[in-house]
Amino acid sequence: MPIQQLCTVVGMSAIGDGTYWMTLEVGKMVEELGLRAGQFLHVACGEGSLLRRPISVALTLADEPENTAALIFEVKGEGTRWLSKRKAGDMVDVLGPLGNGFSVEEGGRYLLVGGGIGTPPLLGYAEAFHENAVAVLGFRSADRAILVDRYREACKEVYLCTDDGSAGRHGFVDAQVRDILEKDKNFTAILACGPRPMLKSVAKAAAEYGVPCQVSMEERMACGVGACLGCALQMADGTMKHVCKDGPVFSAEEVDWDA
Amino acid sequence: MPDRKKFVYLPKAKNDFVVIGRGAAGSPEQEPPRAPGSRVVRPKKRSFAVDQSVTLAGVRLKNPVVVASGTFGFGREYGEFYDLSELGGICCKGLTLHRREGNPPPRIAETPMGILNSVGLQNPGVDAFIAHELPELRRHDLAVIANISGNTPEEYGIMCEKLSDAGVDLIEVNISCPNVKAGGLAYGTRPELAAEVTSVAKAHAGKTPVMVKLSPNVTDITEIARAVAGAGADALSLINTLRGMRIDVNTRRPILKMNTGGLSGPAVLPVAVRMVWEVHNALPGMPILGMGGVAKGEDAAQLMLAGASAVAVGTACFADPYAPIRVRDGLAEIAQRQGLDKVSALTGAVKPW
Repeated sequence: MPIQQLCTVVGMSAIGDGTYWMTLEVGKMVEELGLRAGQFLHVACGEGSLLRRPISVALTLADEPENTAALIFEVKGEGTRWLSKRKAGDMVDVLGPLGNGFSVEEGGRYLLVGGGIGTPPLLGYAEAFHENAVAVLGFRSADRAILVDRYREACKEVYLCTDDGSAGRHGFVDAQVRDILEKDKNFTAILACGPRPMLKSVAKAAAEYGVPCQVSMEERMACGVGACLGCALQMADGTMKHVCKDGPVFSAEEVDWDA
Repeated sequence: MPDRKKFVYLPKAKNDFVVIGRGAAGSPEQEPPRAPGSRVVRPKKRSFAVDQSVTLAGVRLKNPVVVASGTFGFGREYGEFYDLSELGGICCKGLTLHRREGNPPPRIAETPMGILNSVGLQNPGVDAFIAHELPELRRHDLAVIANISGNTPEEYGIMCEKLSDAGVDLIEVNISCPNVKAGGLAYGTRPELAAEVTSVAKAHAGKTPVMVKLSPNVTDITEIARAVAGAGADALSLINTLRGMRIDVNTRRPILKMNTGGLSGPAVLPVAVRMVWEVHNALPGMPILGMGGVAKGEDAAQLMLAGASAVAVGTACFADPYAPIRVRDGLAEIAQRQGLDKVSALTGAVKPW
């Protein structure tokens, strides 16, 4: 059950070009409402923005006096610019927990595939599954890479790819995913978050190798709670689902990738 | 997807990330004063001496604030934030005879003080509403207003019959959806078609009052208002969204997949106030549900002064789930401050120059 809450910013840091890590005190959201990585908080971004901005939770952190949640976001417009200017001690108005997060099981083994600003929501899974997680991280270029060291501390193996070859492997993540699956298909699931073309190619690779795949999707969103039906996603069976309420994580097979 | 029962919550990580402004970036003296953590937001319970009840087309609402169709689903989502009995009523998500999946995404574009939407009447169909949503809503004390759209006058008739039999309090006939190809806006912009749909709805609605939702996308809204009043409408609701468009200058593509959509939010409030005022002047005895950009008590008071008997809150809910409650209390506060004994005394009380 979601609530509206004013949360104190306890940490605010630029972790890349136009990318920020915001740590919020989230009260009882973690313990009582089950807030976890892969879900999102719907954040009010000042008087100038009518709509809230949905921002994925990267991690929930044990802290005193309150648990905290890490939101990692990129400045894309006025709302996120406003958010990037918050300082420690400021309060922000959030709705949450919202959305489903990835579905994982104890003892599972996961291949995490993140692209760009899609890498943060998988961080909680990397830190929860450690040796049982392999990460493939893709960025446009070396200077756009974020969280790589943090993933390297958490996961057994981390593969870095860049579109322009300025760091790690030259190319998109799906080539790396195929190479991994060619040698080792023994994953409970692939968990993927990133731009839609990346998710489509990862879903295709997963299907070819017969590995279940969950994808975290994005769509322009208004209410965030399932009331307005704005953030529609075309499903393979012809129906529409909604990123905020049915997602943001969907089984890759459910999604109509050609829509 | 793996079996949900096997799901494990992720363990919390230790917060060892270096955070600026909390000791890490400077000496302890520079640490900012700690605010009191987090605080759950809920409006305070307030009581007012003023009578908040109003009547709309013979239906008693315990307060004049209802929620607008398409912004509140069937109440389930916002019902997790507060008891729906706080509301005067709910205009349910627009229904069609058969299930509709709606338009392709993107369906939402933010604009200055507004939102464009092109949802396109995604809904489970009138039968599913009656079977699954209406019983749930009836567990709360609020007026249930079903909103319907048809491709033909006959479809409006069939839906009215079903909904009247099911016992909804009021039927809102949508002749003004800008986001569907058939019917929709066409009925709302041509007086003779609007009148035809209204009389068919009335003929099939039995004792259930019929309220017709008007489009602002016309030259003279009073012309349509008179036509549907002449055809027997028990009330009018206005305004629906204004047609609009937003273009991404880099891709040269409209943001919305349907190219155009309906504008709502604070940007449209003055248009709504003007149109309610015009319709109220043209048809002084006709009950009006006023809507369009209402976000606070003062906005609602403006619509009531212009001639509305009740008001609907829509887009404001997206930013603040509690907006209808804040509007209700803000409106009651204004009435009380002005020494009125009932909120309904505001209706039509504007003193034009």
